[in-house]
Order: sequence, then C-alpha cells, then structure tokens
Amino acid sequence: MIVSGSFLTCTKAGDLVEIVQVVGFAIIAAIFIILIRQSRPEIAQLLSITIGIIIIVYLLGYLKMVIDLITDMALEAKVSPLFLRTLFRVIGVAYLAEFGAQVCRDAGEGSIAGKIEFAGKIIILIMAIPILVSIMEGIVKFIP
Amino acid sequence: MDVLRIDLLFKIAGIGIFISVLSIILTQAEKEEQAQMLTLAGAVIVLLMVLRLLGDLFDSIRVIFNLY
Repeated sequence: MIVSGSFLTCTKAGDLVEIVQVVGFAIIAAIFIILIRQSRPEIAQLLSITIGIIIIVYLLGYLKMVIDLITDMALEAKVSPLFLRTLFRVIGVAYLAEFGAQVCRDAGEGSIAGKIEFAGKIIILIMAIPILVSIMEGIVKFIP
Repeated sequence: MDVLRIDLLFKIAGIGIFISVLSIILTQAEKEEQAQMLTLAGAVIVLLMVLRLLGDLFDSIRVIFNLY
C-alpha cells in the first residue's frame, strides 16, 4: 500500500457540511459589515479581515491533510526533500503575500498592495535560488 | 480542522454596533470629545482582538508550510 495513514484520513472529511458552514458564516458576516460600514467604517474593515482569517484558519486543517499526503507520495517517489520543502515554503509565502495584498486593496490602498506583491515575488525568487543552482549543476554534468 | 470560531465575529460586530449607538447618544448630549474618545477606544479594542487572530493565522501557516 503506497500511502497508508494520510490517505485514509483524507477520505473521512470533505463532505457538504464544511462548505455550508463557510458560506453561511460568510453571508452573516457580510450583513454585519453592511450594518456597521456607514457608521464605523474602520471597524467594518477590521471585521472583514477577521472573517477572512477565521475561514482560512478553519480550512488550513484540511490543507494540512493534503500536504501530508503529497509529502508521503513524494517520499515514496524518492523526490529530494529540498525541492519539496522549498515548494511548500514558496506556496506559504505566496499565500501570505496574496492575503496581505487583498486586505490592503479592501482598505483602498492599491499601491501598498502592489508593494506587498512585489516583496512576495522577491522573497520567492530568493527562496528558489538553491533549486536554480542545483538545476544548473545537473545541466553542466550532461555537457561533456 | 479546529472549529469555525464564530464567536469572535459576533463579539466584534457587537462592539461596533454598541459603539456607533453610544457615540450617537454622546453627540446628542453635546459631548463630542467623549464620543471621539469612545470611537478611538472601540477601534483599539477591536484592533487588539484582530491582531491576536492574525498571530494565530501566521503561526498556523508557519507550522503547515514550515516557513521558518
């Protein structure tokens, strides 16, 4: 059996109830935001950030299952852990930069959002350098 | 799969509504500066709650993507 533990846990979760919870909760929150926006815009903005964080933290549990599954499969396929580790770190940085940029855009600060995305790109580029180097070495070995 | 933390949302929404009502009352009682203070206090309280939540988000992302 290639993948034992993590694959089984995946099959248990992931039915209708999760999406119903998230959608219902998001709609309730949107109504609250409309209610508060005209009198207290700053609290409405904080409220929208809160809902985003709560939904994402709730879903990260499921994401962890998928990541464990992928790492198990990669170890089976003898992929070097460096590539996988960098891949997940890049995904994490990309997601955080996207989250920050969205929050800033909601608050009306498009330029700051652009700066955050730019910073995210640079950080990802720096994290990818070891992989680029190892690819170059691989190529150089082929050339006689 | 920790549970969907809805209570935080209702707390913040409650604070927001409560403060907007109170500031209207205060402005009618001709106490503008206290209304301003109240608005500031409300914003700070909600900001502290959101910051704690943001810390949780960053921690869980750091653990899952083993960022640092």
